[in-house]
Amino acid sequence: MNFFNLLKIAYRALLRNKTRALLTMLGIIIGIASVIAMVSIGQSSSKSINDQISSMGTNLIMVMRAWQRQGGVNVGSGNVQSMTERDVAAIRANCRHISMVSPVVNASGQIVYGANNWPGSIRGGNAEYLSINKFEVTSGTNFSDDDVRNSAKVCLVGTTVVENVFPQGESPIGKIIRFGKIPFKIIGVLKSKGQNQMGQDQDDVVIAPYTTVQKRILAINYLHMIMASAASEQVAAEATAEIESAMRIHHRRQGATDDFQVRTQQEMLNMMNSVTGFLTVLLAAIASISLVVGGIGIMNIMYVTVTERTREIGLRMSIGARNSDILRQFLFESTILSLIGGVIGICCGLLLSYGVSSFLNWPFMVSGMSISISFLVCAATGIFFGWYPARKAASLDPINALRYE
Amino acid sequence: MRRDFEVGSEVVHALKGISFDIAEGEFTSIMGASGSGKSTLLNILGCLDVPTSGEYYIDGIAVRTLSKNELSVIRNRKIGFVFQSYNLLARTSALENVELPLLYNHTVSGRERRERAEYALEQVGLQNRRTHMPNQLSGGQQQRVAIARALVNDPVILLADEATGNLDTHTSYEIMNLFQELNGRGKTIAFVTHEPDIAHFTSRTICLRDGHILKDEILKPLSL
Repeated sequence: MNFFNLLKIAYRALLRNKTRALLTMLGIIIGIASVIAMVSIGQSSSKSINDQISSMGTNLIMVMRAWQRQGGVNVGSGNVQSMTERDVAAIRANCRHISMVSPVVNASGQIVYGANNWPGSIRGGNAEYLSINKFEVTSGTNFSDDDVRNSAKVCLVGTTVVENVFPQGESPIGKIIRFGKIPFKIIGVLKSKGQNQMGQDQDDVVIAPYTTVQKRILAINYLHMIMASAASEQVAAEATAEIESAMRIHHRRQGATDDFQVRTQQEMLNMMNSVTGFLTVLLAAIASISLVVGGIGIMNIMYVTVTERTREIGLRMSIGARNSDILRQFLFESTILSLIGGVIGICCGLLLSYGVSSFLNWPFMVSGMSISISFLVCAATGIFFGWYPARKAASLDPINALRYE
Repeated sequence: MRRDFEVGSEVVHALKGISFDIAEGEFTSIMGASGSGKSTLLNILGCLDVPTSGEYYIDGIAVRTLSKNELSVIRNRKIGFVFQSYNLLARTSALENVELPLLYNHTVSGRERRERAEYALEQVGLQNRRTHMPNQLSGGQQQRVAIARALVNDPVILLADEATGNLDTHTSYEIMNLFQELNGRGKTIAFVTHEPDIAHFTSRTICLRDGHILKDEILKPLSL
């Protein structure tokens, strides 16, 4: 039996019942569209989260204090005071894959200007702190190394702070604000970064030289954290290892655990990715249920079709169709239905996900993988759910089929 | 060319041992009341069924031992069926209906299929109705399309099963006239009917009763 002829037979049979063919396809269209849309929307959301994390700097490396035991007492990480500027110097001297490094100290308090005040936090860093954290100065300037050396009372403010402390819209540059009791001169305003993926406002920030925060606000000589930037994302792992060994120069502790830990933004990214990846799979699994329902719809209609077309089957057999020709004709019909339905479904799904992602301002992601898998699933659905009805048709006895009323 | 047809069967209620030949170019009617075994005989003649014992030769081929698929090929190449209720595919043009048997014959190309279908329609006088759908045709015209479909594979025998049963007398006579014309051009035709006046159009009548041949007589066919 010629393949092309069979295709023609199946195609003509489908054309004779356009409405029914369309209704049968509907299940598959909805199933495929929802799978494509869900996968695509899942990927879009994951891409948008990725972009946000990347905007914080994916080559960001943080050296944090680790919790410690002292004589059997877990003192937590807050009491560890062993991280100092010596470590920063060691990292700067020994790590080839690190492009920037900054000491970090944090303090919180009330920001006051005239009659306005705002609860805020101040971050202390060196001149590289801004670049490491991908902050930009929109007006004014960053503080200099000299300011760091002199513990100058200068600061940079984020837009949230500006809005709350200078509600009249006056220029904050050159104004003196108080942080707690300490007066700071504002020398720059930071470009707005919006919320981060945790929902924190990244513009609610005051940045000052770390020496100023250490000496004038906190009266400490240790650091809370060290932030560094790997030369590129590719060398982040080597940079992490280098930092660990550089840190150990001044933290040599025989047989004990390190009193610091090195975290990278990449780890954060991986964690978020595993969450969104799981969600995408979940969505796709739910959507694929509708695909199964669509397939059962095809089986249903094909069964009805076989019964309704019993005389036609009898006629085809009487004019020389073999059982296998009838089987293949009905398999072709169901496969053509599900493939055409699949193509329409893919288009609908892409349109849907394009609409959703442009509505939510997410990047529009299409995965060729999900499209090709959907296509294969369509063909498989057609064959799988078409098989039973087709076999029923093929096993009809021509004599009885011709007399069927 | 020699051509023999022998049928013998021992199915309990159907054919109780009958034997006859139909020669090439004969126009035979098979008569009988319902239950006489004529449907069973027709099914065997049409290779839809095989005899329980005995042999049926069509165009020199013994049919009883053939497989289902081989029977399908015989039906496709050597037999043309005409049914009482036409059995045309709905919403399918006359030409496509006629083409149908050739779609199951992979040795016929698309172009040849079309040409042969057009020729078959010409033979039944419907060359102007190619694109008409069955529901746009009268009963007689539908039966002509069905006859064209039976002719398109150039069968060795045309089997008609009560082919005038759904038609009024006048149209029936027209159809019988067409069969006579086809017979005049050399077609072998076996026509199953229970109406004696229809049987009068044929040149030979085999009468069945209770699975036996009651009489087998050659008559001068009536013509209009």
